[in-house]
Amino acid sequence: MSSSELSNIPEPDEFMRIAHKPPRSGWMDIPVVFKPGTYCFPAKAKNLKILGMPNPREWSPTDEDWKLPENWREIIREGFKDRLDKYRSFKLFMDICVRCGACADKCHFFIGSGDPKNMPVLRAELLRSVYRKDFTLGGKLMGRLAGARELTPDVIKEWFYYFYQCTECRRCSVFCPYGIDTAEITMMGRELLHLLGLGINWAMEPVANCFRTGNHLGIQPHGFKDTLEFFAEDIENITGIKIDVPLNKKGAEILFVTPSGDYFGDPGTYTCMGYMMLFHELGLDYTWSTYASEGGNFGLFTSHEMIKRLNAKIYAEAKRLGVKWILGGECGHMWRVMHQYMDTMNGPADFLEMPTSPITGTRFENTKSTKMVHIMEFTADLIRHNKLRLDPGRNNNLIVTFHDSCNPARAMGIIEEPRYVIRNVCNHFYEMPENTIKEQTFCCGGGAGLGTDENLDMRLRGGFPRGNAVRYVQEKYGVNRLACMCAIDRATLIPVCDYWAPGVLVTGIHEMVANALVMKGEKERTTNLRGEPLPGKEE
Amino acid sequence: MGLWFSLFAVVILTFVVFMGVEMGKLHFLFGLVVPYAAFATFIVGVISRVVGWARSPVPFRITTTCGQQKSLPWIKADNIESPHNTLGVIARMALEVLLFRSLFRNTKVELKNDPRLVYGGAKWLWLAGLAFHWSFLVILIRHLRFFTEPVPRLLGLFAGIDGVFEIGVPVLYISGLIMLVSVTYLFLRRVFIPQVRYISLAADYFPLFLIIGVGLSGLLMRHFFKVDIFKVKELAMGLVSFHPLIPEGIGIPFYIHLFLVSVLLAYFPFSKLMHLGGVFLSPTRNLANNNRMKRHVNPWNYPVKVHTYEEYEDEFRDKMKAAGIPVEKE
Repeated sequence: MSSSELSNIPEPDEFMRIAHKPPRSGWMDIPVVFKPGTYCFPAKAKNLKILGMPNPREWSPTDEDWKLPENWREIIREGFKDRLDKYRSFKLFMDICVRCGACADKCHFFIGSGDPKNMPVLRAELLRSVYRKDFTLGGKLMGRLAGARELTPDVIKEWFYYFYQCTECRRCSVFCPYGIDTAEITMMGRELLHLLGLGINWAMEPVANCFRTGNHLGIQPHGFKDTLEFFAEDIENITGIKIDVPLNKKGAEILFVTPSGDYFGDPGTYTCMGYMMLFHELGLDYTWSTYASEGGNFGLFTSHEMIKRLNAKIYAEAKRLGVKWILGGECGHMWRVMHQYMDTMNGPADFLEMPTSPITGTRFENTKSTKMVHIMEFTADLIRHNKLRLDPGRNNNLIVTFHDSCNPARAMGIIEEPRYVIRNVCNHFYEMPENTIKEQTFCCGGGAGLGTDENLDMRLRGGFPRGNAVRYVQEKYGVNRLACMCAIDRATLIPVCDYWAPGVLVTGIHEMVANALVMKGEKERTTNLRGEPLPGKEE
Repeated sequence: MGLWFSLFAVVILTFVVFMGVEMGKLHFLFGLVVPYAAFATFIVGVISRVVGWARSPVPFRITTTCGQQKSLPWIKADNIESPHNTLGVIARMALEVLLFRSLFRNTKVELKNDPRLVYGGAKWLWLAGLAFHWSFLVILIRHLRFFTEPVPRLLGLFAGIDGVFEIGVPVLYISGLIMLVSVTYLFLRRVFIPQVRYISLAADYFPLFLIIGVGLSGLLMRHFFKVDIFKVKELAMGLVSFHPLIPEGIGIPFYIHLFLVSVLLAYFPFSKLMHLGGVFLSPTRNLANNNRMKRHVNPWNYPVKVHTYEEYEDEFRDKMKAAGIPVEKE
């Protein structure tokens, strides 16, 4: 993200001159307009070809003709029926909404854009209207009066626009009296679109890369090794300690998997260094894998089948390397996949053992089937057992607040572990307002594959509620660091903060852990992992 | 459009039964045939809808977690908002179904000029929803006195409490009043909150008008155009004992009431009112957040095309060897 891109966005007061009041004409009469900055570029043909997905071609959302397959109507109808038969969630959520509107102002995209079709209820109605026409008696007989409409190319365009203006964050589902989950709706909508060859490149290029090279960024094995060794050098410069980088090591006790964002771009890299320092200090018998070099899974933003195709390598690699269990790094959507899908899709993991901390002896009973532990569970357990020497004073220059990432909060419930760790590694921690954290947390605005620069206008709109809450604690407590445990957040919250709460930087939690971690035999540290002087060590 | 259509529909329905009974003397049709048909439609319809949903499997355990997971023993797990066992799920569902837990969270966001967001409480929808559903249930239970002989004492007691303020003769039931007030609120918010009006369909207004019609006709025939209550009971007992009979001279308001109830019953299975059954089946609420403890089985899990380690190593073997990364095949 360059600052020039941000400078194309008007000042906040002008940017937010929006109305939450819907227009006069009904939503079915308002055609979709692809405004620059509010949509993502389409998936390139080469990426769809690698994955064997239908209708690969070059096209643009602003084209009149989207070059849909000839029988596109049948494809959608069949795909719709197939999914109604396979997913109770989908069928139920098509039928039982009472349109009470409680979800409307829970969506960050609606709050930030005012576009009524970003109200979760209307996002679902985009599908329901077609469902009624094709699958219900009332819709067939009464048509529009029953909220039904014909499937037309314009409807497909509308789906594409709005199902890629939802980050599958599930905040609305917390407030819905029937638990209707828009993530489920959006996932189905995107699956249907993919049947016609309609996807976005920011999701499909990572998926294609991940399929072939093991990670979203397409980093090949030697590149992966170079990167980690480069981090090891940095760590040596800062701490004086030389650390190992175990790679594809057979017979290691633990396979460590983290999103590629952690070793690709700042500030994720500092968190990655944090893991490496922690594992070295513990003398942990672990290994990285070049094949399973991606914890994230953009399949989640594509289709259920794609989740499974990409996720398969985690257990496969754990089996090949003969590890006992799997440890996972700081990531959001990755943990939705690991927690809610992996075991069902690619399990049972009966070749692994009950995850047990070699340092504290704690058996992670809550992972006895999946055999995968979240690093925040692992580190919280270490701190609780006094196994780490921590000097939180080294983080005294940080006044920290914590952003709960959507999936860990609402698809896993890992809420106290990160807070416990943060409280132990820094001295100044302040929560954002209650209805913007924990299960009510707001998305960064760029999850679910939308974190691309061409979509910046919409990302900043979606990031407004989060940015607004950060601004609040910035003004009230002088917060200057936004901690999070999600690789997408670490990329997308940077522009959100730069725009909505300038002066607040983004950090992973294990970056702060590593800064506070007093390692055996370390030299006197003068800087933190970012190379900034430690408090009291300024020139 | 949906609003006027729905209002018109309910007015027409009322007119139809009025004309039918008053002019056409169709007491038999509106007193027996329609209620039986409506009730049968209701039962068969509701069951087939629920069975229809249940026929689709739940491939993944997609609980929406609204509280702390169960993980380390010293971290207090929230077994209601993020249930990790069946007991927790039952508690969560009970709160959801009986007290509308999720709706209770409702907030309202306001965009201020600077720009800044301000959040406020928004409990009216929850309160009105809860008041409406509970009073409806009370009214339903109260009506059992028409279908039982002798009337169980508990029912008498129940009606006694409901009429405790002893206003008017016969006494005004609190439940009826609460129901009418709350359903009116639910209607008015649909009209006056722009966003809710924007999303509202005929299918949202119609049941509201129907229920208002049912409530008003009930209120009117109890307190204003009095009908012969003993004859009403005779008819009701005839219906439930399958010895149907039509007592003479019950009075037209009763037939309007009965017909609107019949329409509501028959309409129920085809409408959003099925949320009554659906709420129990919602996978984000009725599943435990024990995903990593207990494997969830997907009945249609099928093999997919993956990129195996062997294929991966075949492509990158030389580079891996050059970088000193261990390989399977030298």
